Amino acid sequence: MKFSFPVPAHTEPPPELLRPPRGSYIAFTLLVAVVFNLVSLPDLISQVKPDFVALIIVYWSLHSPYRLGYIVVWLLGLVMDIASGAWFGQHALTYTLLLYLSTVFQRRITMFPLIYQVFHVGTLLLVIQLVTPVLRLMGDEDFPGFPYFLPTLIGALLWPLVITSLRAPMRQVTDQTPA
Amino acid sequence: MEHSAPQFFKRGPTLHTRFVFFLLCSLILIIADARFHYLERMRMVVATALYPIQQVADMPGWAASRGLSFFVTQSQLRLENDFLRQQNLAQSGTLQTLGMLEAENRQLRGLLALKERLPRKTRPAQIERNYPNPFARRVAIDRGLQHGIRPGLAVVDGQGLIGQVTRVFHWQSEVTLITDKEQAIPIQVQRSALRGVLFGMGYDGALELRYMPVSADVQNGDVLTTSGIDGTYPAGLPVARVSHVERNAALSFARILCVPVAGVQGALQVMVVETEEKPPADPFLGDSKIQPAGRREGEAQ
Repeated sequence: MKFSFPVPAHTEPPPELLRPPRGSYIAFTLLVAVVFNLVSLPDLISQVKPDFVALIIVYWSLHSPYRLGYIVVWLLGLVMDIASGAWFGQHALTYTLLLYLSTVFQRRITMFPLIYQVFHVGTLLLVIQLVTPVLRLMGDEDFPGFPYFLPTLIGALLWPLVITSLRAPMRQVTDQTPA
Repeated sequence: MEHSAPQFFKRGPTLHTRFVFFLLCSLILIIADARFHYLERMRMVVATALYPIQQVADMPGWAASRGLSFFVTQSQLRLENDFLRQQNLAQSGTLQTLGMLEAENRQLRGLLALKERLPRKTRPAQIERNYPNPFARRVAIDRGLQHGIRPGLAVVDGQGLIGQVTRVFHWQSEVTLITDKEQAIPIQVQRSALRGVLFGMGYDGALELRYMPVSADVQNGDVLTTSGIDGTYPAGLPVARVSHVERNAALSFARILCVPVAGVQGALQVMVVETEEKPPADPFLGDSKIQPAGRREGEAQ
């Protein structure tokens, strides 16, 4: 018996060509992500709020590889450390790891259509979400419960939305006249 | 040499090299911060730079709460008014005897040659946000160095103790709630005058009174107040009420769970309580610059 995966790459329409992003646009998206991360919300929502900065980092490293450097990502991590009152370097470490992983797997992940990318991005987010508890375990703390991973799940589910909203300003104005 | 990439393809160090470099940098920072607490100064600088962004991020929440509070119903207002009037009446009764008691207390303390307890100064503050960190119970208040807040001060609401100022930035400070896992408060059982140490458990609404012998005189419903023997928390602030006592002779200590009396999760308006006593040296900050002014002057002499 042969098990066959649905082969998505050939059935999908070819990916549309996007204008290369300007540096200022990348900076703007990152700033918005930081503000989104800092927004104070009722406890219930803030417990499941995904890390928007992480999502944006994944987006840029997948769709314009090497545009986002380690220095920027690392400094963003420090900013998030201060804002969340975490140890210095905790977010810096996770964002560095995230940038590395998404750059290494860039070719593979962008081959898949959006729905499949959700699983890949979810896995990346899960890996970085695991870093902090592992660091904490060395400082002899308990492992957090399941709700700790809810932001990961929500973040992965938000991936299609992230892609479409970030792409919108980079769309080329195409000629609509029929051939 | 012949097979190396031409100059125009060079991208600097490889991806792996850069990754490992920044990984090591992060690990060094984590160790320096978590183990040795070297970076408090740097944290303060970055936090100050971050303040405007944080203000922008707080705006929607602020607007929402303002908008909601505008639509308070009249019956709600009347209920609150009635409650406040009753409370005022009850408190004015106790207040009238307070002056007399204070005078008497002063006299008695003079007779016994005890040190007089100084009246406490309080500063009002508002809780701005919870820190989005699942591993800590901390909140930010809107008063900082500029308003004379120092690390180590106690923070209370109308009912009792809610936490302690642990980090001070320019216009805001970080308050670690009493429910935080690393928070310990010296307390006294109000009924039996038994001293003990109350620990946070890392989640909302529960505290644990540890290291009490199985035979300790603690009952359900006992009120625990700060004992003031550490010089950090002023004595007599209500902290928690005992909710569960488990005495198992097989264990060396009783298992005593408590519930905070103050609105640790829900409070918005809080008071930062000044302690006039000299606080003990901070084991974390050591001799760094972020120190209570009183202590620095004391050392200079």
